[in-house]
Amino acid sequence: MANPTNEPAGTAAPQPKSKPSLIDAIKGIFSNKEDPDEARTVARRRRFVMAAVLGSLGVNLLMFLRFFFPRALYEPKTQFRIGYPSDFGFGVDTKFQNQYRIWVVRNTEGLFVISAICTHLGCTPDWKPSENKFKCPCHGSGYDPEGVNFEGPAPRPMDRAHVEIDPEGQIVVDLSRRYMWPKGERSQFNDDGAILRV
Amino acid sequence: MAETNGHNEGNPVTTGAPSAGSNGGGNGGGSKLTALMADAKAVQARAVEEMRETIKAPEKTDVWKSILRVKHDDTPRSRALGVLSNVFLHLHPAKINRDAVAYNFTWGMGGMTFYVYITLVFTGTLLMFYYHPSKVVAFRDILYLESDVPFGKLLRNMHRWGAHLMVIMVELHMFRVFLTGSYKKPREFNWVVGVLLLVLTLLLSFTGYLLPDDQLGFWAVTVGTNMARATPLLGHDGPFGAVMGMTPFNDVRFGLLGGSIVDSNALLRAYIWHCVAIPILASAFMVVHFWRVRKDGGISGPAPMMLESEIKEPKKL
Repeated sequence: MANPTNEPAGTAAPQPKSKPSLIDAIKGIFSNKEDPDEARTVARRRRFVMAAVLGSLGVNLLMFLRFFFPRALYEPKTQFRIGYPSDFGFGVDTKFQNQYRIWVVRNTEGLFVISAICTHLGCTPDWKPSENKFKCPCHGSGYDPEGVNFEGPAPRPMDRAHVEIDPEGQIVVDLSRRYMWPKGERSQFNDDGAILRV
Repeated sequence: MAETNGHNEGNPVTTGAPSAGSNGGGNGGGSKLTALMADAKAVQARAVEEMRETIKAPEKTDVWKSILRVKHDDTPRSRALGVLSNVFLHLHPAKINRDAVAYNFTWGMGGMTFYVYITLVFTGTLLMFYYHPSKVVAFRDILYLESDVPFGKLLRNMHRWGAHLMVIMVELHMFRVFLTGSYKKPREFNWVVGVLLLVLTLLLSFTGYLLPDDQLGFWAVTVGTNMARATPLLGHDGPFGAVMGMTPFNDVRFGLLGGSIVDSNALLRAYIWHCVAIPILASAFMVVHFWRVRKDGGISGPAPMMLESEIKEPKKL
């Protein structure tokens, strides 16, 4: 088609000037009007069939991609109760690190919960009581007892989780609501729910 | 054997005779039996003769001819045909420039990479017989393979070290191709295929990392997939990620892990990518890669060179 000189002599039916556009192809197929030029009709049909094939393949590709994003997850709960404020003394408490991946910290201002995820690339730092800091084993980020970074590649302090007291007086932690302090931006650590002033 | 190699035409054995004879009673049974015995003897003698001929010249049997098709004379044409008409050898060129395959030119790295890949496919398939891609038993299976499965430790270590070796070899191969300028016209396309194969090799290594489900692999994959958070547009921490509506529950990392954390879904996905999808993709690209080496004029190299001792006197007319 592209090179009409390749056509053998004698079969030279007048070629369509160019491929019909997809809109033309669809219009032509669904109109009752007969096109006198048969070659054009054939080209239009071919284009329509090819568009249908490619279109269905494209839809299949979208379905294939969507397939990789599950609707239901069987992951640990993000909201849980950790006990009464009086259970936690001054300093860092690591007893929920394995179960919920959090540390409960109490300082002079109050009680808050640090999500034990290094802000560099997501490892779990270790609490080093003798050095009074958190140290990430992956790339060496260091954090002070309040989770504020002071060494290594970590870009910001570790996130804190939403905390509140339920009617029973227990602390409810919600890891899906996070408080951050991105570099050069306002700290959210003093927002409502970020810290229990008890 | 006598039936299949086609030497016993026109000597049918009548197996119907004995049953007919035994039903007919005693009359004439003795002579029929004698005749039958004589027939059987003749067939046996013929079979022995056939066997002898087959052993003497197996290439003349029909079985041989149906498998090998080409007459194998010791001529250059016949040898070339032997390569061209064989499915396993047809990727080889019929003839090749000696200087192009010199080890100090090619380092043999492409071929050795392919050899290591075959080894990895083989040992990996064997490992799959003992490994369950499940959070509960994956690490236990590794310990089991290491300590109790016959040759399990050998297999696992062949697979592990082979994987390291393959990455090193792919990179050395690439380095050689770069140094010899073999990426230049007309081999640009094959260079691109090679880069894709490098990426697939690295992805195979990365997905295989998680499968033992030990601390090393787990945190390596945690770190690796956290980098995907920062993908532009598709990652929730990346540039324009928030604008595109990305969260930890719908971005590219979520699609890779099948969840928001490295958990059982991630293990299963890594297993399937590692054992099925990427090997198939890599094999397909390898087929194209090898084919293009031939179609682009064989291994690149210096112009054909002839030793002084090989120069023939020009023919005098």
